[in-house]
Order: sequence, then C-alpha cells, then structure tokens
Amino acid sequence: MRTINVQEIIPVVKKLCIDANYYLGEDVISVIREYAAREESTTAREVLNIMLENYELAATEQMPICQDTGVAVVFVELGQDVHLTGGDFTEAINEGVRQGYKDGYLRKSMVDDPIMERVNTKDNTPAIIYTDIVPGDKIKITVAPKGGGSENMSEVRMMKAADGIKGVIDFVVDRIRRSGGNPCPPVVVGVGLGGNFEQSALLAKKALLRKLGEPNPDAKWNQVEQDILEKINKLGIGPQGLGGRTTALGVHILHKPCHIASMPVAVNVQCHAARHKSAVI
Amino acid sequence: MAKTVYLNTPLQEEDLSKLEIGDKVFITGLIYTGRDAAHKRLVELVEAGKELPFDIKGQAIYYVGPAPAPPGKPIGSAGPTTSYRMDPYTPTLLKAGLKAMIGKGPRTQPVIDSLVENKAVYLVAIGGAAVVVAKSIKAARIIAYEDLGTEAIRELTVENFPCIVANDIRGRDIFQEGVKQYNQE
Repeated sequence: MRTINVQEIIPVVKKLCIDANYYLGEDVISVIREYAAREESTTAREVLNIMLENYELAATEQMPICQDTGVAVVFVELGQDVHLTGGDFTEAINEGVRQGYKDGYLRKSMVDDPIMERVNTKDNTPAIIYTDIVPGDKIKITVAPKGGGSENMSEVRMMKAADGIKGVIDFVVDRIRRSGGNPCPPVVVGVGLGGNFEQSALLAKKALLRKLGEPNPDAKWNQVEQDILEKINKLGIGPQGLGGRTTALGVHILHKPCHIASMPVAVNVQCHAARHKSAVI
Repeated sequence: MAKTVYLNTPLQEEDLSKLEIGDKVFITGLIYTGRDAAHKRLVELVEAGKELPFDIKGQAIYYVGPAPAPPGKPIGSAGPTTSYRMDPYTPTLLKAGLKAMIGKGPRTQPVIDSLVENKAVYLVAIGGAAVVVAKSIKAARIIAYEDLGTEAIRELTVENFPCIVANDIRGRDIFQEGVKQYNQE
C-alpha cells in the first residue's frame, strides 16, 4: 500500500495541461514533415509548412499551439495499491486544470448548461475524467486537451454484424468525407469498435493516444488501419480542406468484445494538433 | 495562378472584385472578431433595426475566440474557428454591409450565394496555426459583449494578417474545386 496525498496531483495536472497545449509531440511533427515532403498541391504544402512553423513558434513563445485549448480530457490509471488521502481526488484534478488554464494563459472553453444559458465556467472546469483501476502502486495521468471543431465531426453508429468490415471501412471513410475542411485536417482518426454504445466512443478517444506512426500491434488490424488511411487520403480533402493528398496522418483502431446483436462503431476525429501529455506519480 | 494581394480595411469593392480563390491575402488595418454568441446578438440588433456596436460597412469579421494575452503580448493564440456555425447569421450581416469573413472550413450554398449577391468574400486563415496568426495582431480591445469572455467582440489592429481566398465574388469555392482536383476515388 502506498499513500498519495491528492494535493500532489494538482501541480502534475497543471503542468500537463500547459505542456500539452504548448508542445506538440515529436511523433506528430515528424509525420507531418513526411507528408509535407511528398504533398503534390502547392497550397497544401504551404499550409503544412505553416503548421510546422506554428508548432515551433508555440514552443519557443510559450503559447498554445491553437487558441482552442480544448476540453481537458484526463485519463487516469490508478494503481490498486494506492491509498488516496488529503481530499477529493476529482476536485484535485479539476484544481490542476483550473490552475493550468489560468497560469498558462489557455482559453476557457467550457459552458455550464449545454443547451439553455451556456454560461462560461471561466476556469475550463469541469474536466472530463476517466479512471481505470490497474495493478501497482502508481498513478499515471494523461491530459488530452480536445478542441471543439474536430470533436463536432465525430460520430457513433450502431451497425449490424452483416455490415462487416466493409461496412466499418465505408462508414469511417464517409465520416471523414462529410467532415471536409471542418475538423482542421490533416486529422488523426480514432476508431472504437465493439463494446457497447458508450464504450465504443471511449475506445475511439483512447485510440487517439497511441503514438502516431506506431503500427497497430495486431497485424490484421494494422492492415485495416492502412487500408482506411489510404482511402481517406484519396478523398482529396487535403490540409484545411483546400484540396490535396494529406487528409489524415493516421488511423488508430481499438476494439473490445460486444453483444451478439451489436456492432458499435465510433469515429473520434482529432485535428492535426493531436495533443496529449502523460506523467506518472 | 494564385496571386498575392495586400489589402487595407475598410475593404473596397474594386479590390475584392479582383480576388480569386486560392489567392493569398494579407490584411492591414482594423478587423472585428465575432463567433457564435456574438453573431446571435448582432443579427438580433439588425432585425430590430438597431445600431451595431461597430460600423459593419466595408468591414471584415474574424471568427475567433482568442486565448488570453500573456504578459507583454497584445493577444494570445488566435487561430480561426469553424465557420459553418455562423452560416445561419451570415446573409443578414452581408446585407448590412459586411464585406469579408475570415474563418476555416467550407460554407453552405446560401452563404456562397449571398457573397455573390453582396459582392463580398470569404477568406480562410489556417486552423491551428494560432501563434502565426497572433503575430500579425498588433493590438486588441474589447468593444462589445465583454460578458461573453473569449467570445466578446474585439477590434483588432492587424498588419499583414495572412489568409487565403476560399469563396470569391463570382461564386467559386476552393473547397469544392480543390477537393475535386485531388480526389482519386
């Protein structure tokens, strides 16, 4: 048993919020560089190069890559041998978000009632928190700020087993086709298969956390990812939807068992600023 | 062939008529910010026959909700937001004299038609290139709806604000034409 005071979580979450928004992962930057080098459209190439220039500027100027610093999505892997003391765990994460968004000059993008008043909560809380209990005595925290523009292009569809893998591929490709320039392409496509209605969506989001350019460990699913990616990059949408070959940088699939009657398919669209940072306490 | 054009605000119809999709445009002068919540209020004012918080004639609205300004900077990161959400309000503002909008992503046909009718243009800035854009913003001040926070209307003083023509006054659309050119399905 290891005792961890929840107050220790606050500065960790704060730093992750700021770092995720200022410093884009090297994996994303190198994949965009590769695509920029082989892009045929002059406009598309220029747009990709401006994006690369922007990531560099964000890091040196200590400013967020994008003004949409997102909903703070927080994934926690909580070791089952950890005993949390010193206050409310959820509130500690929210306090970290509050401090990170304030002191990092990040935009506050949360409104309270989603339909009626839509008044800004002014500190970007509440965070959206997912906790998995895992073996061990550590806490791993990942902060993945998620922008609204790409999130709005995401979708869950309850498909039939008869739709098969072809149905899945067609749905994912069509979802990106219908998104056009809206989600800030080039995108990363998170696909969640199986589980149930809500688990498929969570799988799609978790799929986005995989390092870009790293293959799916299952060769069969890796092939599906490559097939979907190829089809998406034939759509011609291009960076920002202005036309070109670079529409998606990667397709990541996660899957889980599901009910005999169901075949849930979720697509979570991620803009080119595919931000996430992790820390272990 | 795409050309590079330097424009000053307020915009002149003669200058806008020369713009074609794909042209690179650098804007200098005053522009105004506005996104979802501000648009709702502006359209309510127009429909009630009331005065707007700024003279919209010949102006450009930039769809942005900037990040807070860090110490010593006039504004935080300030890239464009997705434009289609403003489509229901846009024809009303174009009729009132608005000449350009800056955002990201495609517009719906009623907006494209309204651009032709009112001889106005839609420009795109690069989404997610928010620090690059912020560098062209030299000053920012809130002129209306401070209660909306990041969504308040700001007057921005810009120098060579970088954007690309997406819809010109002839009804052409870079999104449709660009995708068609590179589609290999």
